[in-house]
Amino acid sequence: MEKLREIAGELLKSNDVKVVIGYTKGMNNKVTPFFAKKQEDIAKLICGNSCAQNLAVYLYKKDISDLGKPAIVANIHTLRGIMRLAVEKQIDKKEMIILAIDNAGDIQKLDNLSDLENYLSSVIPQLNEEDQQMLDELNRMTPGERMVFWKQEMKKCIKCYACRQACPLCYCTRCTVEENQPQWIPVASSVVGNLEWHMMRAMHLSGRCVECGQCGKVCPVNIPIHLLPVRIAQEMKTLYGTSTGISLSEKCDMSTFKPDDKENFIG
Amino acid sequence: MEFEPKIVAFVCNWCTYAGADLTGTGRMKYAPNVKIIRFPCTGRIDFMLLVKAFSNGADGIIVSGCHPNDCHYTSGNFHARRRWIVFRALLDFMGIDIERITFTWVSAAEGAKWAEIVNTTVDKIKGIGPYTAYQEMINEAWEEE
Ligand code: SF4
Ligand code: SF4
Ligand code: FES
Repeated sequence: MEKLREIAGELLKSNDVKVVIGYTKGMNNKVTPFFAKKQEDIAKLICGNSCAQNLAVYLYKKDISDLGKPAIVANIHTLRGIMRLAVEKQIDKKEMIILAIDNAGDIQKLDNLSDLENYLSSVIPQLNEEDQQMLDELNRMTPGERMVFWKQEMKKCIKCYACRQACPLCYCTRCTVEENQPQWIPVASSVVGNLEWHMMRAMHLSGRCVECGQCGKVCPVNIPIHLLPVRIAQEMKTLYGTSTGISLSEKCDMSTFKPDDKENFIG
Repeated sequence: MEFEPKIVAFVCNWCTYAGADLTGTGRMKYAPNVKIIRFPCTGRIDFMLLVKAFSNGADGIIVSGCHPNDCHYTSGNFHARRRWIVFRALLDFMGIDIERITFTWVSAAEGAKWAEIVNTTVDKIKGIGPYTAYQEMINEAWEEE
């Protein structure tokens, strides 16, 4: 924590960066995103294992990007988010400093995307235990049981779109869920409509989701909605051996193909 | 009364639609349960359209286009194939009955294959029964209003 504050303080003082995107203790002692702009803010920055959110989304939110060059405190989720955003040409390559923090709490300052690529090359992306357990459990169920599970979850969804807002890769300014010519998804919350909405979101994130789980973390009614895009990401790994948000040269599995792609269901 | 499944077929213009035409001009009989929707190419068949078919009461779906390497636009069906692979995995994970979707390639010369695909799909869906699990979900939304 001290080291982070020291580096962040230096960066702000030298006027090299205008804002440090990080975490602080918010209401009810919950960890919340924080934007340090002045020296006084530095003491509020925190880090540690509870700082698990993916902050990459703030790199392109206008309120923040308008402030000027940012430094960003980055756990593995944020790092992969930044990398994937760079691959999809959504962030400016030069104008950012990344303060990478590993599980042990060690901080490394990365000045550009090739530094980031180097850093990520030694990281093996791994799903957290809880998510893996939930996935295993769902995979063990029969399709009928899975439908009951998701139906119950979809009933809870209030279509607040927090999942979409929090996801670094849901950056489209016009989302299909709001299209009304034609209207793909009914506006009101309904079981089938919600099912279609989340199915669509998961498909649009296929080959792109960085498995951070952020969409599930922010859901106000606790739907583990991240399991859908994450399940696809795992499928991609098995099918095409690819991970996302790791390297500058990666592509999107869904915009490419191999003439000999294997399947066992087309007759 | 025997259950007559509603089947929606999403086919590409250049192979399967022409193939289905050949079934007709060849005077081959097949089950009348299928409603064919013609697309320029399998690459244009958005996954959402398949879901919409279920949401509008379909019991089964057929998706078909040109065989690999025969796409009129060279690679539409290769892209479509990847999309189907991934989409099918997602549907399965969400508990949607993937047995109700028949994916196949039918060329413009395969009129007989088209008849067979439709017939076997209709028989299969007759065996599994109407997709009440999904249709109940649609009604559920209505009841709640
Ligand atoms: S955050 Fe939760 S309630 Fe809101 S739209 Fe997403 S899944 Fe639905
Ligand atoms: S879909 Fe969810 S898990 Fe995937 S990158 Fe977006 S927020 Fe993270
Ligand atoms: S035109 Fe038939 S699959 Fe592309």
